[in-house]
Amino acid sequence: MERTKDPAALASICKQIRRHIITMTGAAKSGHPGGSLSAVEIVVTLYWDVMRHDPARPDWPDRDRFILSKGHAAPVLYAALAECGYTPKETLNTLRKLGSIYQGHPDKRFIPALEASTGSLGEGLSVGIGMALAARLDGRDYRTYVLLGDGEIQEGQIWEAAMFASFHKVDNVCAIVDYNKLQLDGFVKEIMDLEPLADKWRAFGWHVIELDGHDIPALQKAFAEAASVKGKPTVLIAHTVKGKGVSFMENSPKYHGVAPTPEEVELALKELA
Amino acid sequence: MLTAAKFEKKLGAATREAFGRALVELGRENPNIVVGDADLTKSTMTTYFAKEFPDRLFECGIAEANMVGIGAGLALAGKIPFVSSFSAFVMTKGFEQLRVLVAYPNVNLKVVGTHSGISIGEDGPSQMSVEEIALACALPNFVVLSPADEVATRWAVRWAAGHVGPVFIRTGRPKAPIIYSADARFEIGKAVELVPGTDVTIVATGLMVAEALLAAGQLESEGISARVLDIHTIRPLDEEALERAARETGALVVVEEHLADCGLGVRVAQALAKRHPAPVEFIGLTGYAESGSPDELLDKYGLRAPNIVEAVRRVLGRKR
Repeated sequence: MERTKDPAALASICKQIRRHIITMTGAAKSGHPGGSLSAVEIVVTLYWDVMRHDPARPDWPDRDRFILSKGHAAPVLYAALAECGYTPKETLNTLRKLGSIYQGHPDKRFIPALEASTGSLGEGLSVGIGMALAARLDGRDYRTYVLLGDGEIQEGQIWEAAMFASFHKVDNVCAIVDYNKLQLDGFVKEIMDLEPLADKWRAFGWHVIELDGHDIPALQKAFAEAASVKGKPTVLIAHTVKGKGVSFMENSPKYHGVAPTPEEVELALKELA
Repeated sequence: MLTAAKFEKKLGAATREAFGRALVELGRENPNIVVGDADLTKSTMTTYFAKEFPDRLFECGIAEANMVGIGAGLALAGKIPFVSSFSAFVMTKGFEQLRVLVAYPNVNLKVVGTHSGISIGEDGPSQMSVEEIALACALPNFVVLSPADEVATRWAVRWAAGHVGPVFIRTGRPKAPIIYSADARFEIGKAVELVPGTDVTIVATGLMVAEALLAAGQLESEGISARVLDIHTIRPLDEEALERAARETGALVVVEEHLADCGLGVRVAQALAKRHPAPVEFIGLTGYAESGSPDELLDKYGLRAPNIVEAVRRVLGRKR
């Protein structure tokens, strides 16, 4: 992999990741394309620019950690890990098939480079805080990034973790809410509205940065700001579009948990050419 | 080895107290030992660790699910975390986190449940854990320990720290009768034959081991030779010792301070069904208890030596 800070180069990697997401879920005939597509810029900015990591040394003690708490967005993480060189690209299309390392939700048993097994929503922030506490005890300066879904933060454990992190001044953890406004049953605001979301995180003692989650320079700036904030954790509320990059998938509840048909794969890949 | 008649019930430290002390020892030996607690340090006795190693004790507040998640994160980053609360809370409110974050990815987290069983006493059923063996055994990869006294608890906690993988340890609130001398040796997954016997075997765990010994003494005075096995490791279960007991004594009684239809007894029955079927009687709880002193509750809910003696008579009557 070649790290870069150039937004245009990062955007081109994003396009490649989106193509993988479409072909993987298309081949699997199941999976969660919508919430994978909404998180592409966040994941790519972290892996190609912000995070300290080395695919040749997945167990490097000083590496930054990434936890996909919204585990159903596994395709975006798998595509990134494969493009970085952690895992093979050739087998991405075995997603969800028996024996594949690309399990339905991230599974550490199959991919040791994964920091945690996730898939049950609401749990990843606690794990990330635990890692951040270990860094502090060991005097290491790595940071831990946790990607949360918007629907996911309806889980109570998220707020237990949020309260803990600010009280214990865990400033080496950074949460990102992929606020794509849709969850399985429909629009978040109709299922269980999160608003006023920034106020909620502020009330829990977090430094809040609200931004467009597809704006790469804005993400770069926000991650830098997060790293500079001391004494409290930071959350990025990243406003995103579910299904981003594929016109017929954008803002469509249907593609939360439904894979594109072969015809839709073809159409989508044309748009992502 | 004891002879049953010689056993005298003398109270030692509570197993939760022994856990707290062992944790401090471990903390001195290994800087990677860290602890999580959910506003019960003075009850789980992690308070000793907190006093000596304040930076390594993470007070999580009353939020067990988050505590388990933080423990998993600490373990994934190379620490050896022990998380502790009443069994009734950590095993139920933290169960889903134990399942996905710990058991399934085989993460090196140690869970210590205190105030197990009904012998917590006056606090009543909401605080009593009567299902934790079932819950812990429903988590593959977990080693499940249920030590009988302070010496066995110290061993269990030290063993857990040295083992790479998840462990659950069940401890209790009241002072526990002394079963073992300080130099006793234990082996993981190996039942301890406390008393030899040829007519029947009493299989016990935790606080019930002392009652089993008292029962064996009573039976001995009646000319019945009862073997007593302490099952300190519920998983992996010592199936060989159980098979031997079935072959050599031909009948068994299992006694546990836990729901009888989902605890040690059913696991013993499964092992015997596979290896050497024999008649078994089960002593345990059939439902939720109530407030009362620990002694009153153990009497009322039938977890005493005379109850075991009765069950032995029943099972001897069923012997082929």
